[in-house]
Amino acid sequence: MLVIKDLHAKINDKEILKGINLEVKPGEVHAIMGPNGSGKSTLASVLTGRELVEVTHGSVTFNGKNVLEMPAEIRSREGIFLSFQYPVEIPGVSMVNFMKAAVNEHRKYRNLEPLSASDFLKLLRERKELVEIDSALTNRSVNEGFSGGEKKKNEIFQMAMLEPKLSILDETDSGLDIDALRVVANGVNKLKTAENATIVITHYQRLLDYIVPDFVHILYNGRIVKSAGKELALELEEKGYDWIKNGN
Amino acid sequence: MSKTATLNIKDEMVNLYLNNLDLISEGSSSLMNHHREEAIQNFRILGIPTLKNEKYKYSKIESVFSNEYEKYFAPKHITFKVDDIFRCDIPELDTHLALVLNGFYMPNPNRLQVMENGVVIGSMIDAAAKYPHLFEKYYNAQAENGSDGLVALNTAFAQDGVFIYVPKGAVCTKPIQVINLLMAEENLLVQYRNLIIMEESSQANVLICDHSLSPKRFVSNVVTEIIVEANAQLEFVKMQNEHNDSTQLTHTYTKQERDSKLITNVLSLHGGFIRNNLYMQLAGEGADAHAYGLYLTDRTQHTDNYTFIDHAVPNCTSNELYKGILDEQATGAFNGRILVRRDAQKTQAYQSNNNLLLTPDAKIRTKPQLEIYADDVKCSHGATVGQIDYEALFYMRARGIGEREAKLLLMFGFTHEVVKQISIESLRERIDDMVNKRLRGELSRCHSCPMNCC
Ligand SMILES: Nc1ncnc2c1ncn2[C@@H]1O[C@H](COP(=O)(O)OP(=O)(O)OP(=O)(O)O)[C@@H](O)[C@H]1O
Ligand SMILES: [Mg+2]
Repeated sequence: MLVIKDLHAKINDKEILKGINLEVKPGEVHAIMGPNGSGKSTLASVLTGRELVEVTHGSVTFNGKNVLEMPAEIRSREGIFLSFQYPVEIPGVSMVNFMKAAVNEHRKYRNLEPLSASDFLKLLRERKELVEIDSALTNRSVNEGFSGGEKKKNEIFQMAMLEPKLSILDETDSGLDIDALRVVANGVNKLKTAENATIVITHYQRLLDYIVPDFVHILYNGRIVKSAGKELALELEEKGYDWIKNGN
Repeated sequence: MSKTATLNIKDEMVNLYLNNLDLISEGSSSLMNHHREEAIQNFRILGIPTLKNEKYKYSKIESVFSNEYEKYFAPKHITFKVDDIFRCDIPELDTHLALVLNGFYMPNPNRLQVMENGVVIGSMIDAAAKYPHLFEKYYNAQAENGSDGLVALNTAFAQDGVFIYVPKGAVCTKPIQVINLLMAEENLLVQYRNLIIMEESSQANVLICDHSLSPKRFVSNVVTEIIVEANAQLEFVKMQNEHNDSTQLTHTYTKQERDSKLITNVLSLHGGFIRNNLYMQLAGEGADAHAYGLYLTDRTQHTDNYTFIDHAVPNCTSNELYKGILDEQATGAFNGRILVRRDAQKTQAYQSNNNLLLTPDAKIRTKPQLEIYADDVKCSHGATVGQIDYEALFYMRARGIGEREAKLLLMFGFTHEVVKQISIESLRERIDDMVNKRLRGELSRCHSCPMNCC
């Protein structure tokens, strides 16, 4: 599904990603862990098409298509979704209008008619329940004045609305209370099928108790320095990053 | 514009007045005629404002007048049925309708309608004849003929316009809609006059829609006086939707008595050159004024809003919000003056002006002007000039929304803060819709189509 080969990328002339290789297949869950500033969010930015990050070398394909040539909106319509580490507040744009535009752009891309107002509201209601998001939130402007936890829940709600093939969750667990963490993780699990895949970026083993990864990768200084099964996360929790940094 | 040209415009106007005084007076009311002589004397002194005039320094008014314009001193007999040229696109909006063509009130079917609750909507000429006591008390009582040449010019020439009277305690549940149409075979200068009187504890919503229907140059120089007496409430929405060859010079004077509430909302959706002057006087304690404005401009359009809120007595509040989006080479200005007089303690006055510039060529001048002479007041002002927020744009694109659509949603969101202040839901939705069309560039076809907007 997703194939990343020797990916190098820089921000303002500073090389951040220094040769990433990763393959994600349908049905898989990959966790990416790594110390602050190691390049996890930058990798997510490259995959979703943020222009700020400049790819200098390597390739990324998604279901055989060259992702790097697609503008951000096409990547989304192709099925790549990012749950932002820092969701953006958009005053004046209501959640409902925002989601309606997004869902219908996705449908248009697949040559489908826009959803009728009632079908859209039905979908909205259904998906809201899935992530137990407060009804009032969808009547407000996008993320405006949302609490940290509400913003993260809102990301998963949007994921539920768009049903992506590949979801990248960038620290979706940070800022969530224990109950919210469970709700969000349950939501992600309910959306899981044999056809879609998830990349979970996190600092904490706790989330991985709920969303169980098939692979855990450690990103350090722009490279994936270690990959293994879910036990790697436990080992990391126990030993900390010094274990990685001190060369292994 | 050279000095001689300025002189010429002034002389030309004065001569036009002298040569046509009989026609002007004949086609108007004696109570309006009564004010002409003094007004033309004032105009002779003041002339058309130049850029040297501090209040007008961002708008070249003189160049507007450098073109040749026809002036009508009696309504042209264009025979048409209202329904043929006007189809209101606000289906749920059931309104009392008044139609003004080139500054003259059109019978619909009468020139004066009196509702059962005593509310009067009609032509200024007929209202002056029927309600001379109201006219004598309120007509030309606020307009500043002594300091603004354009106002004096209007008072000298204005023959007709719309009169709205809501008597004591009357509540007008249906909105009153005034449609100003410009339609002529030649370039035209129109100057008309409106008077709105809200007596004690009365309530009304007034919607003014300005349209140009023929592809000629138009200049409208319009004075509106509004009186809101104690405990009365008025919502005044003005929608300017004219083509690129049109100029609107508007002067709106409002005066509020004790515990009254007034909301003005000036939506400049389209027009070549727009200058709106809004003077709000808070003259009775507890009065509450809200001034909202929205301007959407592109190409070489120019929109300039000058507002002056005068807190003359204690315990009044004013809330002002003007927002604008400027595209291509559009230019604009906002000058918001707030005066809190020495005695006006416990005043609360808030002002903000926010602008979005879509291109490097678009320009806006924004100038808050607070003059506070009382010490126990709460006042704030803020002005912003910015571009489309990249982070927000990327967030939306990351959800599959194309760049153009995402920008439109952001702009629409930006404008909605002003539109949402409109209290009548069907009207608010309709205006949202028009703003949306405008932002998509679908409204500029307006002048060539037979009136498909409200
Ligand atoms: N806009 C930017 N301008 C300059 N440097 C940037 C920018 N964005 C990221 N960086 C730098 O790139 C490096 C990687 O940042 P990134 O956000 O990818 O780290 P991360 O692994 O997600 O960290 P965290 O765990 O703290 O979220 C950091 O050194 C950061 O300072
Ligand atoms: Mg990060």
